[in-house]
Amino acid sequence: MSTLDKTPVKRDEILFEYLVRLADDRLILGQRLSEWSGHGPELEEDLALANIALDMIGHASGLYTYAAEIEGEGRDEDDLAYFRDDIDFKNFQMLEQPKGDLAYTIARQFLFSLYSYLLYMELKDADDEQFAGLASKHLKEIRYHLRHSREWVLRLGDGTEESHRRIQDAFDDIWMYTGELFEMDEVDKKAAEEGFGADLAKLRKPWKEHVDEVLDEATLTVPDDNQYMASGGRTGFHTEHLGHMLAQMQFLRRSYPDAEWT
Amino acid sequence: MNTTETTYTPEQIWSFLEEVTDPEIPVLNIVEMGIVRRIDLEKDGVVVRITPTYSGCPAMHAIEMEIHNKLREKGVEPFQVKTDYSETWTTDWMTEEAKRKLKEYGIAPPGKKGEEDDVLKGLRKTKIIPCPYCDSLETELQSEFGSTACKSQYYCHSCEEPFEHFKCI
Repeated sequence: MSTLDKTPVKRDEILFEYLVRLADDRLILGQRLSEWSGHGPELEEDLALANIALDMIGHASGLYTYAAEIEGEGRDEDDLAYFRDDIDFKNFQMLEQPKGDLAYTIARQFLFSLYSYLLYMELKDADDEQFAGLASKHLKEIRYHLRHSREWVLRLGDGTEESHRRIQDAFDDIWMYTGELFEMDEVDKKAAEEGFGADLAKLRKPWKEHVDEVLDEATLTVPDDNQYMASGGRTGFHTEHLGHMLAQMQFLRRSYPDAEWT
Repeated sequence: MNTTETTYTPEQIWSFLEEVTDPEIPVLNIVEMGIVRRIDLEKDGVVVRITPTYSGCPAMHAIEMEIHNKLREKGVEPFQVKTDYSETWTTDWMTEEAKRKLKEYGIAPPGKKGEEDDVLKGLRKTKIIPCPYCDSLETELQSEFGSTACKSQYYCHSCEEPFEHFKCI
C-alpha cells in the first residue's frame, strides 16, 4: 500500500517514516554503487566502491530493522526493501540516477557523504537511544566515505584535461538534484520537534562552504544554485530510473517470496 | 532439543567464545576484538550480547553462526545471541594482545582513537601508519578501503611491501 496519502501524526509514526526515508536513501545508493563491482577502474577502487556499497546497505538494514520494530506490524527489513513499489520509496532523486562514469559516481558520493556527515553529526544526539546509537555507528563509517570521495574529487579535478572535464560535467549534471537535500517538509519538521530529526535547512551553509573549498582546491567551478532544482523524492515522485532499478533488485525476492538461504 | 538448564558459569562461556575467531582475521578471537559485550544468565537461559564492528560487515553473520555452533557444541542450552547497538564499537575495545597479534599477522593495528580529527579540516592530510613488517614511517596510503571494510591499504617505501591497516574507529 502506498504511504503517500498518510501524514504521520504520532511519535512512532513520524519516527517510522523518518527512519524509512534515511534507509531508502542508503539502500538505493548502495544498490547503485554495487553496480561497480567488477567494473572499477582499478582493483583498489573496485574494492573501495564495493565496501562503501556494503556500508550503505548495512546502514539501510539497521534503519529498516528498527523502523519495522517501531511499526510493530510484523514486517522486517526485507519486507521494506523488497515489497514496496517505487511510489513508496522516499529516497532523494539524486541517489537513483544511473551510476554514470567514475566522475559522476564520485561527484555524487562526495556531495552525499558530506551531507550525510553533517546530518549524522546531528542525529547522533537524537532523542531516541537506539536511533542515536545507529547514527553514531554510521557516522564513523561516513567519515571514511567522505575522505575517499573527496580525495578523488581533488585528484580528478586537479588531474588531466579529460579527468577535469569529466568531473566538472558530473557536478554540473548532478547539481539540480542537490536542492532537495535541504528541503524541510512536514515529516522533517515534526521529527525535529520530537527531538530526533535534524534541521536540514541549517545544514545547507556548512555543506556549501565545504563544497566550495574542495571544488576550489580541485580547480573546479561550483555550479550555479540559481537553476531548476528537482524535487519530490520524499513524497514518492521519482525519475524513470528508480523503477528499472527496483525491478532488477526486487525481482528474485518477489518471485520466491518465502525462499530462505540455507 | 536439550532443554535442561545450563550449568556453566558466565566465565566458562566467555572462555568458550574465545575459541571463536573472526573469519576474515583468523588470528583474532571475538572476545579480544571486543565484539562480545555481555554474557548474562537470564531466566530463559544464557544471553550473549554482541555488537557489530562495521554495519555492513558480512563477517558478522558468520560470527553469529559460529557462536551458535560453539555454544551448541559445548552443550550450552538454552541460549540467545542478541545484537546490541546501544554502544558503538570502537577499535579501543581491542585488547593490546589482539593488536600485537594483528601486527604479527602483517596488519598494522589501529592506534588509540583519542580525539577524532575534524574530517572537514586538512583536505590533503593523511595519517602516518608504521609498516607492520619493518616499522618504517615511510609509508603511503593507497586506498581508504582494503579487502574488507575495516582495513585500508598502504605501501611501505622502505621494505617495498604493501600492507593493510586496521582502521582506527
